Amino acid sequence: MTERTVDDGLSTVPQEVDAGAPAGFGVRGWLRWAWRTLTSMRTALVLLFLLAIASVPGSVFPQRGTDPAKVAAYLADDPVKGQILDRLGMFDVFASPWFAAIYLLLFISLAGCVIPRSVQHWRAMRARPPAAPRNLSRLPEHREVVSDDTPDDVLDAAAEHLRSRRWRVDVDREQGWVAAEKGYSRETGNLVFHLALVVMLVGVALGSYGGFRGNVVVREGSSFANTLAQFDSFAPGRGFDESSLAPFSFTLDRFTAEFQRGGMQNGAAREFSADVTFVPEPGAAPETRTIEVNEPLVVGGEKVFLVGHGYAPTFRITDKAGDVVFKDSVVCLPQDGNFTSSCVVKVPDTTPQLGLTGFFLPTAAVDDIRGPHSTFPAADDPAVFMSAWEGDLGLDSGAPQSVFKLETENMTRVGIEAMRPGESWTLPDGTVVAFEGYVRFASFAVAKDPGKELALAAVVISMAGLALSLLVRRRRVWVRVSAAAAASTLVDVAGLTRSEHTTVADEVDELASALGEPAASTADQEEPA
Amino acid sequence: MSTNETLAQLSNQLVYASMVAYAVSTVSFAASLAATKGRDLTQAAAPVSRRSAKAAEKAEAEGSVLVATRIETETGIGDGGSEPLAPGRRAGNIAISVMWLATILLGAGVLFRGLSVMRAPWGNMYEFSITTAFAISLTYLIIALRRDVRWLGIFVVIPVLLSLGLAVTVLYTEAAQLVPALKSYWLVIHVAIAIICGASFCVAAALSSLYLISEKAERRTAEGRSYWGTGLAKRLPESTKLDGMSYRTIAFMFPLWTFAIVAGAIWAENAWGRYWGWDPKETWAFITWVGYAAYLHARSTAGWKGRKAAYISLVAFACFVFNYFGVNIFFSGLHSYGGV
Repeated sequence: MTERTVDDGLSTVPQEVDAGAPAGFGVRGWLRWAWRTLTSMRTALVLLFLLAIASVPGSVFPQRGTDPAKVAAYLADDPVKGQILDRLGMFDVFASPWFAAIYLLLFISLAGCVIPRSVQHWRAMRARPPAAPRNLSRLPEHREVVSDDTPDDVLDAAAEHLRSRRWRVDVDREQGWVAAEKGYSRETGNLVFHLALVVMLVGVALGSYGGFRGNVVVREGSSFANTLAQFDSFAPGRGFDESSLAPFSFTLDRFTAEFQRGGMQNGAAREFSADVTFVPEPGAAPETRTIEVNEPLVVGGEKVFLVGHGYAPTFRITDKAGDVVFKDSVVCLPQDGNFTSSCVVKVPDTTPQLGLTGFFLPTAAVDDIRGPHSTFPAADDPAVFMSAWEGDLGLDSGAPQSVFKLETENMTRVGIEAMRPGESWTLPDGTVVAFEGYVRFASFAVAKDPGKELALAAVVISMAGLALSLLVRRRRVWVRVSAAAAASTLVDVAGLTRSEHTTVADEVDELASALGEPAASTADQEEPA
Repeated sequence: MSTNETLAQLSNQLVYASMVAYAVSTVSFAASLAATKGRDLTQAAAPVSRRSAKAAEKAEAEGSVLVATRIETETGIGDGGSEPLAPGRRAGNIAISVMWLATILLGAGVLFRGLSVMRAPWGNMYEFSITTAFAISLTYLIIALRRDVRWLGIFVVIPVLLSLGLAVTVLYTEAAQLVPALKSYWLVIHVAIAIICGASFCVAAALSSLYLISEKAERRTAEGRSYWGTGLAKRLPESTKLDGMSYRTIAFMFPLWTFAIVAGAIWAENAWGRYWGWDPKETWAFITWVGYAAYLHARSTAGWKGRKAAYISLVAFACFVFNYFGVNIFFSGLHSYGGV
């Protein structure tokens, strides 16, 4: 059994070992020095500061992880500065090596500090409370009472009193003292908090290794099957197996959007919902479901989230021979809060090839400054403003092309026109472009994160640990008895705590009054020399 | 669902009325502080004897009640019931009463704002700010019921007024329904906790600032040098006490702030499909968390206790304030809504 002094281990503050200079000149000396420095509280503190400071550029500069389009725009606007920032990892702060270096060092430092302390704490919890100091009156909390019981009875009463209040108690009849300790859960909580943070990091890593996130745009009336080929973009973790994608599919039957009309927040979104016909797996019975912003569709370990919406005008294009060369609803990218949406139509099956660019406006307006634009996000007065281009779409060059951009290098503009639903426009060569109407589209994100349950469990446990470590007080009390006058026992009760700004006064008072009456003769000399 | 304009109007008027009352309360608190005689700074700075250390530790048990007794004793109130009120006490009492009135008005304003749209009234920055102001005042007033914290009043009322001032000018938004992203019961949990944390952060920052002034005043007095903060420090509790109060506030708030972030992460997972995406609001909530974690660690690190730790807590508070206002104003992210 280890002998412990009155207040060792009572504080949760680790012993600050001054790493000092490396002992000796050997490699081992240096390694020991490096380890001690890394695991010291001071280093942990510096690493915490670094972590906070390193996060700042992640909020100042656009990040590839959240907004790749903005990063591209930044690089295009200011290529020189952009390149330098990119080299420094400023657009991928949270995936950059230097950010990882900081938090990995922090977690190593944490583990190096917490694991030895856990061992130490384990021993302390099994050890007996430290023996009563000789002179209890030297402790910060001290009471002196007189009891009519025998010293042994007083010791028993004290032990009973403390045990019933769940103190860890040790009694020494020969020496005539009782020692008790309580509040081990302060340090337990502290250690659990820090260890659970490491587990949480494992959960985060597991999620990004074995999970995925994909985005897809689905028009009303169209379907999506959960296979890799159908996603518009797909970001798998390194360990993700695409054959494990849940075999569901759904059709978007109807997308509803409601907006605030009038007032300061005119046009603000109020309600989005996507009604879908959902097929959990091939051959299963279709179910009707509604996906809303806070109501994702849950399929196995995957979730389907509603993340955006917009308009897809329907065009029917007939060539001069009267053959229909194009008939489809075209997804247009919203450009502003009122859904002024930019549209591109490519018709490769005509000679020369035909391309349309322009805007879909749910509530159309035109002015001199902004040109055609929308004044409200709902389709109150829809119109398209399109220009037509003839020539080579460049699709055969082999270079990858965006469906949202028309390469007009080898094309000439043959006309420009505004149309309301039902109207059509005859180009100079006899081609007829009909604007038949529009459907809505919704964009969905499908995501799987196999580490999130672990991360959540770890964070819940760590919060419990944190609460314990900040709220529980670690404290010790001692009782010493000595025979006073005939048939009375002099009882010394004392307590000690090292937790910041706390006290054991109440508990010492309670124990003292349970054991005896204040000694009249000693009442005046509270502080013996 | 539409907005009940009458209730929304009434809410606005109540908020304005509360601001007037808060202003009156500020003046009374200032008068109270100015009239208080104050303590002898040399006592605090002198090396403490074991006996007085013991007394102080015992007093610690009774918390800040000590402050009350100390001031009472020094100002002579405790000596006899027939004595006239000590200087500053009447003004302090008026300030507290007026602050109650202001807080009831503000509470009604928040309530009617919520009733006008039949939802929790924290869907945008305006609503968040008035609710935070209400939470700060209520927290202070509840403490004031049990302890004499008149000296703290002005440092609480000023942030409340600033918060309300910003709310009705820069952040004002008409009462309206929520954007779809906010329609979740997590709004009530996540935002309510964030509001409580905001209130605690604010009080802790006030205490840390006062600690810095008080500590320096005590040191300068012991050295026999002058310091602009001496006059103020005399009217405050001892610096160690202020430090302890600030620590306890942060120690209480830190697990809550952790919970606010976790609740936000759970909500984000349900709304956006990921629990953590380094959105600017998330990033700054994390920076704030790290800041307060650093404060708690600094307090138990040799060479960082005391003033340095207090500075860290102020930096962490600055991060919180930036997260609260700055992120919505300077960056665009998923937490942009309701006009700002």
